[in-house]
Amino acid sequence: MRLARYIGYRLVTALPVIFGIIVLNFLLIHLAPGDAASVLAGESGAATPEYMEELRHKFGLDQSLGMQFLTYVSNMAHFNLGYSYRNDADVSGLILERLGPTSLLMLTAFGTALALGIILGLLAATGRNSWRDNIISVISLVAYATPGFWLGLMMIVIFSIGLGWLPTSGFDTVGSGHQGWAEVWDIGRHLVMPAVSLALFYLALYARLMRASILEQTGMDYVTTARAKGQTERRIITGHVLRNALLPVVTLAGVQAGNLIGGSIVVETVFGWPGIGTLAFNALQSRDLNLLLAIFFISACLVVIINLAVDVIYVLLDPRMEI
Amino acid sequence: MKAGFTRFARNRMALFGAAVLLCLLLLVLFTPVIYPDNPFKLAGPALQPPGGRFLLGTDTLGRDIAAEIAYGARTSLIIGVGATFVAIVLGAVAGGVAGYYRGATETVLMRITEFFQTIPAFIFALLIVAILSPSVSSEIIAIAAVSWPSIARLVRGEFVSLGGREFVQASASLGASDARIIFHHMLPNCASSIIAVGSLLIGTAILLEAGLAFLGLGDPNVMSWGLIISAGRAVLRSAWWICTFPGIAILLTVLGINLVGDGLNEALNPRLRER
Repeated sequence: MRLARYIGYRLVTALPVIFGIIVLNFLLIHLAPGDAASVLAGESGAATPEYMEELRHKFGLDQSLGMQFLTYVSNMAHFNLGYSYRNDADVSGLILERLGPTSLLMLTAFGTALALGIILGLLAATGRNSWRDNIISVISLVAYATPGFWLGLMMIVIFSIGLGWLPTSGFDTVGSGHQGWAEVWDIGRHLVMPAVSLALFYLALYARLMRASILEQTGMDYVTTARAKGQTERRIITGHVLRNALLPVVTLAGVQAGNLIGGSIVVETVFGWPGIGTLAFNALQSRDLNLLLAIFFISACLVVIINLAVDVIYVLLDPRMEI
Repeated sequence: MKAGFTRFARNRMALFGAAVLLCLLLLVLFTPVIYPDNPFKLAGPALQPPGGRFLLGTDTLGRDIAAEIAYGARTSLIIGVGATFVAIVLGAVAGGVAGYYRGATETVLMRITEFFQTIPAFIFALLIVAILSPSVSSEIIAIAAVSWPSIARLVRGEFVSLGGREFVQASASLGASDARIIFHHMLPNCASSIIAVGSLLIGTAILLEAGLAFLGLGDPNVMSWGLIISAGRAVLRSAWWICTFPGIAILLTVLGINLVGDGLNEALNPRLRER
């Protein structure tokens, strides 16, 4: 019951963020050089005069700036994100149908990065300054400096072109007609390289943080107490340190959610993954700004939801948290 | 500060990073001497593999990839350092004002900072460049716009802890203006933390720039590493070298910056030293 009230409270505090995004989008539209209608219709002038007129009317561009803002807020609040002339489809529909592949990619990458990062950080911290620690540190330093899209391209060169093990792009084999487990296997084979490209940077980040966090916790008094009671080192780590050390990692993971969405744009572009990232790239190529703004809005909403979920996990992990 | 540099010099990883950066700086300085021609100029036959007359091969149009990378290094450094500088100025002002005046000003400024930390940074940067139209300056603006919050939070934290110290109260009681206290007394005291965190921001900025250029948002008239990779993508199957070498350049540069940044952090931030 208290948890439900907490979630309700956090939802209300998230509203200013959503409102902020709407304000930011509105400012961006008006920051662009030229008439806002032509900005929204796309630069290349493919829109018909009728459509431009419709846009002007819909966004109230013939009215005062204040009225325009109110119209914009009301459109956004109703998830009335407009029409993509380029794609000849409703923007919210376009984004919705691509949410699935993007969620699959992001969750796989995020889960892998978090799980492996925690394990590697643990291995590094428990063998501090040993060869194990050094190897993990060097790997995470290199991974931390590698651009995800380049890593993706290099994997294509090695594993697709060179060895022929994995498909270069797409979500599944077109026209293969796979069913059941065969289909899962097929999608999984397409998912491996994009997920690794997206995950590696975060894996390095979480491993570094986990290592630091464990080392900080092992200096605490409660560890000395546990040691004095005669507990084994293994038991001290699994029973006491691990839970406390996880807290900062979970916090950072929540903060990073927004960056993960950004990273998926470049990675999806490299692998032709049919998600929001590829949609954003195509919108960028055709300068379909309204679609880009809508993607920004939806991604920000997603981040707010993920942050909320992280906060709830945090409360469950740490009973000391006041809710 | 001096003791800090001695500590830095004893850190082998940081020295390795510094050596990498030194090589990069020399490359940037001597680029006009080694490659006097415009990097966009055609140098020889197209798609020459590396090792022949052209050390790193040529691209689809017959441009020398080594020359492209050398000119790209300059672009990366200008944008990385430029964007970080703008981010530090913005962050120091926002964080400094919040930490000095406290109260409602602090609440409002920190809410705004948190807001900018929550929104998806890369998409925001992408939108700014797309709207301002791709150029070096709009890339700098976009990267700075997503990088300043971490500096703002850092400076605010430092200011809050400096606020009660005697030297600040002493100069306030001597009648020093707010601006004098902030710029002459408090900011210099945060300099080492700002340098340490800012140095790491340069690496992130270079990665962001590469991503933007890869998506076609780089300045079309300036050579950059992301641009070479995005152009070479179409012929990945037949000419792996076009995408490979600029990526290695990005990796080494960011690695060097991160190693130096980590070294500076350990040397200058006493709180982290014992880890």
